[in-house]
Amino acid sequence: MGRHVVLIEDEPNITEAIRFLLMRDGWSVDAHTDGATAVEVIRDAGPDLVILDLMLPGKSGLEIVRELRAEDGLQALPVLMLTARGQMRDREMAEKAGVTRFMTKPFSNAEVLTAVRDLHAQAGQG
Amino acid sequence: MARDTLTGSRIRERRLILGMRQAELAREAGISASYLNLIEHNRRRIGGKLLVGIAGVLGVEPSMLSEGAEAALISTLREAAADSGVPVAELDRVDEFAGRFPGWAEVLAAGHRRIATLERTVETLSDRLTHDPNLAASVHEVLSTAAAIRSTASILAETGELEPEWRDRFHKNLNQDSLRLSESSRALVSFLDEDGSGADRRGMPQEESEAFFQGNGFHFPALEDGSATPEDLVRDEPDLTGEAARSLAQAALAQYQSDARAMPLQALEQEISANGINPVALAGRFNCGLPAVLRRLAALPEEVLGQEAGLVICDASGTLLFRKPVTGFAMPRFGASCPLWPLFTALVSPNVPVRRNVVQHGRNAAAFDCMATAWMLKQPDFGEDPLYRAVMLILPGAKDAQDPQPVGASCRICPRQACLARREPSILKEEF
Repeated sequence: MGRHVVLIEDEPNITEAIRFLLMRDGWSVDAHTDGATAVEVIRDAGPDLVILDLMLPGKSGLEIVRELRAEDGLQALPVLMLTARGQMRDREMAEKAGVTRFMTKPFSNAEVLTAVRDLHAQAGQG
Repeated sequence: MARDTLTGSRIRERRLILGMRQAELAREAGISASYLNLIEHNRRRIGGKLLVGIAGVLGVEPSMLSEGAEAALISTLREAAADSGVPVAELDRVDEFAGRFPGWAEVLAAGHRRIATLERTVETLSDRLTHDPNLAASVHEVLSTAAAIRSTASILAETGELEPEWRDRFHKNLNQDSLRLSESSRALVSFLDEDGSGADRRGMPQEESEAFFQGNGFHFPALEDGSATPEDLVRDEPDLTGEAARSLAQAALAQYQSDARAMPLQALEQEISANGINPVALAGRFNCGLPAVLRRLAALPEEVLGQEAGLVICDASGTLLFRKPVTGFAMPRFGASCPLWPLFTALVSPNVPVRRNVVQHGRNAAAFDCMATAWMLKQPDFGEDPLYRAVMLILPGAKDAQDPQPVGASCRICPRQACLARREPSILKEEF
């Protein structure tokens, strides 16, 4: 069975690069840009993992994670958060909201791939 | 020790404050001195009529002695202990501490309250800085674009066989992102260093004065033809909100007026038209100093000078007193500028004309022809130290700029790491 990731990122060229990387790694990638519909999209797609930008139009990444964590069956869904804000306070807020891993921009492709593989393995699905 | 068992300590404290002897208080209260001594050392409980009597003699409410004024104080001391983050072994004796040493306890509590106030202030300022919408937007844009470029470039560089469709798409993305990065980083540097919006400059006299000059294009026809005085120009100027700003602008306009009188516009225009921009020759032609010529050239309209021109003037401390920005040459908005500017070379060799081709960081950075000199502000008397100022004219499009001297704007945003003149670390990496 294929591995499936939902990517919510409003920067189209980052989306394109991550989509390419993950597809090469055997993932199917479902990419969206709007924060407002993200929870619904994730709920419907039932992915193995979510990659989420912090600053999104419509709804922030933190709000999305909080809503996900409040839903049955989504509490343990691995969420990798990408952000340009890398201060300790931002990390703490992300952890508190329920983010599984936090990655600051600009990141390397290897970092993204490693994080995705690790999170997937930790979730017991690898 | 419980708070109500410290009534004796409070009686003693109050008595000592009043400078009353134990025997005296005992007599006034109708008890023996030895019994009062036991009470004061908390060896005898006290209440009822005796407490009311002693409180009356000491001039305080009985509750002040039985409960103490330190309820709030003790609460603050508990907070201080909790916030200190270190285990406080005597926390159970905080009442006793407050009762026996109320002065010291108040010092500690006041210190704690002050720390809390300062922490709130720091948090507010930090929050304001962190959430500055202009700064946050620019930084976010730069980092997001950098992330896209980094990922795309890695794919292109590291993926062996790439389908033509993907390769073309990534090349296009890379091109788009590099353009975006150059625009957003320029916006960021502009915000940090040379924000041109007049509204943001209100409140600081020098910035108001500069905004006033900028608003007039650094050229004042009324001073050229003598139809107005510097005082007339600043009197009702709404952009100059304070006396300090008006005074600074008036002084700069007076300098302008003096330079304009020495080099009338029409004659100067003819001279430049015939012989080009040659400051030393112009100084000879108009019989005035080189600093005046450099200032005057920067004050000419672009159509007269034939090109854009910037100007900076500093005092002997290196502080910039006047800035006329020029496209592509970043000048720091706050703090000290790059010590490699020819302006500062001139400052250490007064009256010597200094001319250098310089280039600021950036891959497409243009070269500038900089001419500088320092002059003595006023002839000093014997035994009096002279005061110097330096001026630098900045002309874009330097000729013969084969090997221009690299300079920065200020260390904080200069990417040249291995620079002998560096004062502080940069927020940028080399070749940013």
